[in-house]
Amino acid sequence: MPIDSTDRRLLATIEDGLPLVPQPYAVVAQGLGLSEADVLARLHRLRSEGIISRFGLVVRHHELGYRANAMAVWDVSDGQVDDIGRQLAGYDFVTLCYRRPRRLPLWPYNLFCMVHGRDRETVREQIARLNAEQHLEAHPHDVLFSRRRFKQRGARYSLRGAA
Amino acid sequence: MEPDQVKHHVLNDYQRDFPLESRPFARIADELGVREEDVLALLADLQAGGVVSRIGAVVRPNTVGASTLAAMAVPAERLEAVAALVSARPEVNHNYEREHTLNLWFVVAAADQAAVRATLDSIAAETGLPVIDLPLQTAYHIDLGFDLSCP
Repeated sequence: MPIDSTDRRLLATIEDGLPLVPQPYAVVAQGLGLSEADVLARLHRLRSEGIISRFGLVVRHHELGYRANAMAVWDVSDGQVDDIGRQLAGYDFVTLCYRRPRRLPLWPYNLFCMVHGRDRETVREQIARLNAEQHLEAHPHDVLFSRRRFKQRGARYSLRGAA
Repeated sequence: MEPDQVKHHVLNDYQRDFPLESRPFARIADELGVREEDVLALLADLQAGGVVSRIGAVVRPNTVGASTLAAMAVPAERLEAVAALVSARPEVNHNYEREHTLNLWFVVAAADQAAVRATLDSIAAETGLPVIDLPLQTAYHIDLGFDLSCP
């Protein structure tokens, strides 16, 4: 079942998170003119249908002690990218793995992984393992460590039009 | 259970299947053998300290709204100012300096593609710098949270 306008309003209401009160769903429901049971049923459905890929605590890696984060990128042929992407996604230290378009000449890479670790050395070793085990050394690749975090919070899909 | 263990379990065990029931914090308290008010106080601390950014839904890309990853090559002497301008946009949720010629990377999310495009165009116009748009084509990894036992 596709999502309806009430689902969208519900997701927009909780974009900044649940209130930390004993009955948070009742508070959310009240703001939307819904019953607590309706809010819970909708969230159950959205989660079971995979529209919500997970529901729970969203943690910040840096504050947890995972100070190094790198975006590892490769240029893999279009015929191979799905197979390799699925392989890379299976490593527990790979937190995100996506195919995105190349933008030549500035950006030749089409496969992206995010790797988090306690320090750069750990992250470098993890990426070296990906290259070795998945035979990626011959493909053009690069590692972009983050230097500064300017902003980090949840997405606001409810925003309409440029302000 | 020791307070550090409670904290570890709260952080590690409720990223994916947070209780969807009337009193979720009471449920967690029950599972960890502490009181509901202890769980609420711990989560308030973790949020205040920035360890937990929120308790909520992570929506699968391209099911609700639209988003993209964008990159810019910003001259070093302008990086602070351009980063501040980018961060000020409500559509921008992540914004990082990375070590590359393309040194500013950010995620833009909004209700639809047109709103995402308008945001990128507006940043390009305000800064006079090209913005490279790298929309997601395939996600190979579904976000299942972050395992605290990772190295």
